[in-house]
Amino acid sequence: MSFSKIKFDKKIVLSFWIILIALIIAAPTLLPVFRLNLLGRYLSLSIVALGVDLIWGYTGLLSLGQGIFFALGGYCAAMYLQITSSSEFPNNIPEFFALYGVEKLPFFWEPFRSPIFTFFAIWIIPALVAGLIGFLVFRNRIKGVYFSILTQASLLVFFNFFNGQQKLINGTNGLKTDVTQLFGQMVGSESMQRLFFWVTAILVLASWFFAKWVVKGRFGNILIGIRDDEPRVRFTGYNPVIFKTIIFSIAGGLAGISGALYTVQSGIVSPQFMTVPFSIEMVIWVAVGGRGTLLGAILGAVFINYAKSLVSEALPASWMFIQGGLFILVVTALPEGVLGWIQGDGPRNLLQRFGLKRKIETYPSLEINNKEGNNG
Amino acid sequence: MDNKDLLNLIDITVSFEGFLALNKLNLNLKKGELRAVIGPNGAGKTTFLDVITGKVKPTKGEVIFKGKSLVGKKEHKIARLGVGRKFQSPRIFENLTVKENLEISVTTPKSPLNLIHKIIKDEQLNEIERLMKIVNLAQKVDSKAGSLSHGQKQWLEIAMLVGQKPDLMLVDEPVAGLTDEETDLTADLLKTLSGENTVVVIDHDMEFIRRLDSNVSVLNQGTVLCEGTMETIQKDKKVIDVYLGRPED
Repeated sequence: MSFSKIKFDKKIVLSFWIILIALIIAAPTLLPVFRLNLLGRYLSLSIVALGVDLIWGYTGLLSLGQGIFFALGGYCAAMYLQITSSSEFPNNIPEFFALYGVEKLPFFWEPFRSPIFTFFAIWIIPALVAGLIGFLVFRNRIKGVYFSILTQASLLVFFNFFNGQQKLINGTNGLKTDVTQLFGQMVGSESMQRLFFWVTAILVLASWFFAKWVVKGRFGNILIGIRDDEPRVRFTGYNPVIFKTIIFSIAGGLAGISGALYTVQSGIVSPQFMTVPFSIEMVIWVAVGGRGTLLGAILGAVFINYAKSLVSEALPASWMFIQGGLFILVVTALPEGVLGWIQGDGPRNLLQRFGLKRKIETYPSLEINNKEGNNG
Repeated sequence: MDNKDLLNLIDITVSFEGFLALNKLNLNLKKGELRAVIGPNGAGKTTFLDVITGKVKPTKGEVIFKGKSLVGKKEHKIARLGVGRKFQSPRIFENLTVKENLEISVTTPKSPLNLIHKIIKDEQLNEIERLMKIVNLAQKVDSKAGSLSHGQKQWLEIAMLVGQKPDLMLVDEPVAGLTDEETDLTADLLKTLSGENTVVVIDHDMEFIRRLDSNVSVLNQGTVLCEGTMETIQKDKKVIDVYLGRPED
């Protein structure tokens, strides 16, 4: 007799998986390409949300600058696509350079001719940048709201820098990818978009399992320890700086993968990926889905973005109000997020309120101990 | 300075913007000793622990632990050298289970690489079982530490401290908020720990200190006022003046 947590039945979990995999397999045929492309984009956003959950939900680091790493991943992918599709343009360099009178390819573009380099750069460059920023910040014991402000400030620095570099990366216009070629096909074509949907779905699952592996066991417990009482972790002999740097770097790498997938499915990467509201939205997805649940981050990212596109089609301009309302609702009524509420005592309390379920009649401690019962 | 000394505090002065929290404090601890530290509020008891554990850097003076200076070392480095600390209010990881809390404390080496492997050594698991038996928490292995009673939390933190296998244990008010029975058990536990370990206990509770039956250092205004057994202390005129209070005539 346990009133504690609602445990998900094994059968429910299994059927959830079967339905999920069936949906992923069937989606490209069920959905029109336009919708499929949207779903693919939102799935790719769920990878950056997983990273936010790792650093915020588990480690307590509220970063408002994940857009930096997201955009870096996107730029890596776009640079490769542009440079490998530039053989018809003057000087064999991407078309936009001609607008600014640039004749020679900037040096940092060169390595992106290699697909292997690009494959690693997409996640390693954002991870390294995140690790460097993280290390400098964490080493100086900057935390809490100061950390959040610092990440947002870094975001603005990157945004302004990328915006101003016309001659290097086409500045505010960004880099288009939909008319570039990959494997001899146009990136924006239907068949390529289907392929990207698959790749995204697989990478979402892979990132999810990876994140679960990271937080499982003692490493994850130290992260939770840092979130709840960092000095205590330190006095136990652990160096929180290293743990925080590692997890921030992992979140940066995930953001990079997410950004690259998002770029190829939306057809462009631009400094708009580094605007302040977008990075805050990432936090909202996780807050609504459920902090510290991982699955909540994925569901939050996909459902909120899908709702956003549906609402924006029906009632343009009303989305901002709905999103704001959603955030207020979560902060006031569901501090654990939707998934946290479901996994916790939420549904039982609701049923009780409607008189559909009995209240707990004993002290919970008696049920855990059961000592008194044994004696009697 | 004796070679057998585990810890020497030499002329420690800590100044917080002119206010002297510790003022030329000298204290020596022998290996295996149990030492009680008492003093009125604001005497510098907690600052004294902060200096040893690296939380506060002394303005002047030296901390010598096992022949090495601890001044300027980071907290986690000092902890790894063998200084363990229990905090005033129980500080455990409430969102983790009892077992997970103890895992954090017994794990060595404490590097991310070691932790990510996920395999906890058998001897460490045995150690966790032993600790849970000592502090009577074996039935609560998988309960969230946050659901424990206050006394159980205090004990879990002591178990975590022991699990770290420190050479020097610094215990700050271990019996605050405990029942008399729990207080007695805690005193016995600390007594059994000394001998093998060196233990410093800070507390207000006179009955508890008396039960420890150890040498006592009295702190006042950031300096050691008097050292000796409980009887000596109670007869000392200075101590009576500042702390124990004069019996009314």
